[in-house]
Amino acid sequence: MSLELNKTEQGVVDGLSSDFSEDLIDVYQSCDHTYIRVEAENIIQILKFLKEKHHFIFLCDIIGTDRYTSDERFEVIYNIMNLRTQDRIFVKIRVEEENPHVPTATSLWTSAGWFEREIYDMYGVRFEGHPDHRRMYMPEDFEYFPLRKEFPLLGIPGSIELPNTTPDTE
Amino acid sequence: MGIESALGEGFFTTKIDALSNWARANAAWPMPMGLACCAIEMMAFAGPRYDASRFGSEVMRFSPRQSDVMIVAGWSTYKMAHAIRRIWDQMPDPKWCIAMGACASTGGMHRCYGVVQGVDNYLPVDAYVSGCPPRPDALLHALMKIQDKIKTEHSVLLDS
Repeated sequence: MSLELNKTEQGVVDGLSSDFSEDLIDVYQSCDHTYIRVEAENIIQILKFLKEKHHFIFLCDIIGTDRYTSDERFEVIYNIMNLRTQDRIFVKIRVEEENPHVPTATSLWTSAGWFEREIYDMYGVRFEGHPDHRRMYMPEDFEYFPLRKEFPLLGIPGSIELPNTTPDTE
Repeated sequence: MGIESALGEGFFTTKIDALSNWARANAAWPMPMGLACCAIEMMAFAGPRYDASRFGSEVMRFSPRQSDVMIVAGWSTYKMAHAIRRIWDQMPDPKWCIAMGACASTGGMHRCYGVVQGVDNYLPVDAYVSGCPPRPDALLHALMKIQDKIKTEHSVLLDS
């Protein structure tokens, strides 16, 4: 499939090919969006490069996915936008199932803190250097990660506490 | 009626239980637990068209200390369950509970790990209202069922 890149996207791909040729794995397009897959190791430098050199200053979202494969099971997707040209690209990295960890993007975008907390809560991917690395929805002592594929639809019976059915007597 | 003719005009005799149950049944103040879309329907139930005040239940009390009937309108998550239970525990006896709609009754379409599959897992529900959402008249029907229940309460002297 041939790529139909506009000027901004072509600039990004050329810039990454020259400055981060080691890290660039794949560029592809689907549903009118451009996806760039890179190595997880230098993701922060890559995002910094896109933010400062190519004006992708707005982080819309960070998404986690569970690919349910034996290697490189989890994917973290950065949805970033160039506010000058309204171009959007998705930067993807993959992490292993065993002790999944990614460096945090909070040094670039403060809002990344929320997205990363949510991904940690749902998939168990840890973000190193995060200033407030707590769960977001589930109780802190919850032992599972609900959006992983092996997690049952109705949850694990008894894993979240229900209130007593008798009044509390202090 | 021997004793009433002896008392003369303006008196009638009854049982204290019947009187208190009559008074309670027609002044069941709801504690609205509006958690989701059902709460909108609950507002219609209190509003001028369906008019819960015909049944003496127009006073939506946002303080648990002043209410008799808790209407759980909407889905209850595990996180919210503790707050609902606390408020329920703060309501003074005698108290009743309506689970309004499919979610409050059974979890409804929210068949997932975060939602309690029916508030009767931690609350003593007296009336379940089916529907998603139930019409306000269905909620009025549940209120009438609660009134029937109140009118057949045991002796007030046994409440303690």
